[in-house]
Amino acid sequence: MATQHSRSAARLMMAPAVILLLGWMLVPLSMTVLFSFKKYLPMRGGDLGWVGFDNYVRFVSSSAFWPSVQATLLIVGGVLLITVVLGVVLALLLDQPMWGQGIVRILVIAPFFVMPTVSALVWKNMFMDPVNGLLAHVWKFFGAAPVEWLSQASMQSIILIVSWQWLPFATLILLTAVQSLDSEQLEAAEMDGAPVFKRFWYIILPHLARAITVVVLIQTIFLLSIFAEIFVTTQGSFGTKTLTYLIFQRVLESQNVGLGSAGGVYAIILANIVAIFLMRIVGKNLDA
Amino acid sequence: MARAVTNQRKTINTILAWAVGLLIFFPILWTILTSFKTEAQAISDPPVFLFFDWTLENYAVVQERSNYMRFLWNSVLIAGGSTLLGVIIAVPAAWSMAFVPSKRTKDILLWMLSTKMLPAVGVLYPIYLIFIKFGILDSRIGLIIVLMLINLPIIIWMLYTYFKEIPGEILEAARMDGATLKEEILYVLTPMAIPGIASTILLNFILAWNEAFWTLNLTAAKAAPLTAFIASYSSPEGLFYAKLSAASTMAIAPILILGWFSQKQLVRGLTFGAVK
Amino acid sequence: MKSSIRVLMGACAVSAIASSAFADTITIATVNNGDMIRMQGLTEDFTAKTGHEVEWVTLEENVLRQRVTTDISTKGGAFDVMTIGMYETPIWGKNGWLVSLDDLPAEYNADDILPAMRGGLSYDGTMYAAPFYGESSMIMYRTDLMEKAGLEMPDAPTWEFVADAARKMTDKENEVYGICLRGKAGWGENMAFLTATSNAFGARWFDENWKPQFDSPQWKETLTFYLDLMNEAGPPGASTNGFNENLSLFQQGKCGMWIDATVAASFVTNPDDSTVADKVGFALAPDTGLGKRGNWLWAWALAIPAGTQNEAAAKEFIQWATSTDYIELVAENEGWANVPPGARISLYENENYKDIPFAKMTLESILSADPNNPTVDPVPYVGVQFAAIPEFAGIATEVGQEFSAALAGQQTAEEALAKAQALTSDAMEAAGY
Repeated sequence: MATQHSRSAARLMMAPAVILLLGWMLVPLSMTVLFSFKKYLPMRGGDLGWVGFDNYVRFVSSSAFWPSVQATLLIVGGVLLITVVLGVVLALLLDQPMWGQGIVRILVIAPFFVMPTVSALVWKNMFMDPVNGLLAHVWKFFGAAPVEWLSQASMQSIILIVSWQWLPFATLILLTAVQSLDSEQLEAAEMDGAPVFKRFWYIILPHLARAITVVVLIQTIFLLSIFAEIFVTTQGSFGTKTLTYLIFQRVLESQNVGLGSAGGVYAIILANIVAIFLMRIVGKNLDA
Repeated sequence: MARAVTNQRKTINTILAWAVGLLIFFPILWTILTSFKTEAQAISDPPVFLFFDWTLENYAVVQERSNYMRFLWNSVLIAGGSTLLGVIIAVPAAWSMAFVPSKRTKDILLWMLSTKMLPAVGVLYPIYLIFIKFGILDSRIGLIIVLMLINLPIIIWMLYTYFKEIPGEILEAARMDGATLKEEILYVLTPMAIPGIASTILLNFILAWNEAFWTLNLTAAKAAPLTAFIASYSSPEGLFYAKLSAASTMAIAPILILGWFSQKQLVRGLTFGAVK
Repeated sequence: MKSSIRVLMGACAVSAIASSAFADTITIATVNNGDMIRMQGLTEDFTAKTGHEVEWVTLEENVLRQRVTTDISTKGGAFDVMTIGMYETPIWGKNGWLVSLDDLPAEYNADDILPAMRGGLSYDGTMYAAPFYGESSMIMYRTDLMEKAGLEMPDAPTWEFVADAARKMTDKENEVYGICLRGKAGWGENMAFLTATSNAFGARWFDENWKPQFDSPQWKETLTFYLDLMNEAGPPGASTNGFNENLSLFQQGKCGMWIDATVAASFVTNPDDSTVADKVGFALAPDTGLGKRGNWLWAWALAIPAGTQNEAAAKEFIQWATSTDYIELVAENEGWANVPPGARISLYENENYKDIPFAKMTLESILSADPNNPTVDPVPYVGVQFAAIPEFAGIATEVGQEFSAALAGQQTAEEALAKAQALTSDAMEAAGY
């Protein structure tokens, strides 16, 4: 089908997007790589010369490095798990006949429209505050001591906030997939007396596989770089310092651009490892 | 008999779904309610839900302190501009990937998505220096470009999945009828892909609207959107829950309303083609 | 409200002739503290007097710091006036990033600025930022609760007394906590308090050779004392409480004592916001008999980045905002209790201000802080609650996170100190000390 003519036209049409993204990737990236080999301290006069791999060594040997990788993976994994599982449940529920389906759907997707900064502020102050937060009142109502969410359950709190933001997205995508389920096949299975669990496992879940793939892929991209939620709530305390946040501390709080840039390069490497890993497990789902 | 069972099931579904829906929506509802309380009522113990003296005072205070309309206008222009620009660049690229695929198409697609994984904070200094060099610090055009580049991979990917759904034979038929490439895209492809394009625009508008790192760090007074507006209301001195709620409500209201009105469109378009 | 219109009209009449032919628009970055928001509300007075327009960029403290630091170190030029503190000023001044403010006209009366503030905002004898308001730290306490506990607060208490009083005032059943102290991690949050307090316990950040001192017995004593006190007499969730959270707790009547910035005094005694406005007493920050008190010195100040296009207009703004006239303008509109404190000597000589209950203690606290000689043992750095070196903010925030985690019960004082020592040594080595 593709003629020589259309091939070159296709190349031409892809060119702007490819060139722009190449520029967007290469220019800052090469500057980052350049800085990462330098002692670059803006507060002490900027560029203080080449230091080889010093920044790279220092960044990994810092006691904060491995915990930050762990925290990053924990947040990404935790949020993915929660949003996918609850997303499937919600999608199946919302697909059922009910009264006021449209309004319920609107209620469920609403958190997606809330800015991360706003949702972090609202959760932190109005819900998780151990004295005035609504959750503290609920706990007290039941006679329990209020939980100090952001210090005692810091990681869980952040995962909760981020999951709340991304659950609507997962639900939406999964809902569209559920809607396209072949109902005849399901009914046939029901007639045959297949139990609910079996129907779910052998018919529904395989059907949702590709939608889940999409959710996992898109969310991972966004979750790897979450920042506002941590900046507003714990500022990296109590074990919630992700790699992104650690880089922020090195670049902006410590004003060590060289060290932070080395961290940036590590973050890109981590992102790519995750990406390759993802492609391995889910890539096939996208092919077909 | 069968009908009664269905109705009973429908009732259970309804109760369950509404309970879950309200639970998920509750934080937003609570924020909106709190924005109409006085600061004292906002922290009262036990909390008041609906029966309080409704006041607009917080909105007045917020409006007096910051020119909301200007932030809002900047948000609209930046989110809208970056999305439109992104779609204009993405449509031809997605077309060629979907209809003239080569061996490398999938690699290119994945590479594009991987550019999104660059941690923003790591490249703040380089980008800031580039912005100074081109004199586009604190300008809407600068932000439009950056947000467009950030979201471009997602836009291309979404459009690609939609375009792939369109049967190639239709395009071929158009070509047989002597349509040029331009005509083919404009008059045959685009109309068929309108739902997909619309939901791409919607989703990316939301993403651009909510982007809080670059919009905050590359602006001062002139181009600052609502993300910067909200940054002046987090933890000031003294009691601030009610004012914070008012500012939050103002920051999310426009996009929430837009989202609600376009909800159907968003759901219909968000199939990501291949999901089916 | 009415009087402000009168002032404005008066100002208009005068300035109609006086204002210069060149009206500029200046962009000012500032923090969202009450005094700055008030200044923002009075901008019209400045515009009326000078003809210059002002664009405000009001940000939360952490965001502001991140914004202005990026901009000044890259010479971005996004702002004409920046709100910075006593920590940044000498470092930026040394780098030649700020415009000298030594040439302000005589009527500005720069000699009226409190010497402690002027000194802290200068580098090498040149003033680079003008104080908008200055602060030290002191004890604010509930007179009613103190009486109920059968105690009397001396003007200059010891830590021993404060700890004892805090335990006696605590009534967790009724959500009254004897003492509220900062626990939220950050160099300007818990570390400001803990560094200042450590001075009273004889500890220091670095010895004369810039060797970190977190392995010293004095630091251990400081941290253990703080942790024990907070666990027994502090509010729940203290490890996420900073200035604002504690202010709100105190205003709600949930704290017996609060040791924090002197500027808080006007908020806790303001009946509009505070439920305990008429029951607040003040005392100097406590000591341990070693000769140093744990009170800090800080100023929020206005500075002009070098290279700005609107230097003249920016200077006019700074003159306006940090002048005695501005203080009077605020006094007329909002009352004397709400004027920006701690910047000018003349304010404390003003008859109208003498009635303000916290005026005397604020001045005494400011005067007793000594940034050039902050610790019991000699140190190579300047600053009471910070060390004025570029690396400090980053290091102290990380150290603060370790201490905050200790307060949350996630590690012991020893573990926190060991980590603090290790990460400080590492960062100092990276900086080339």
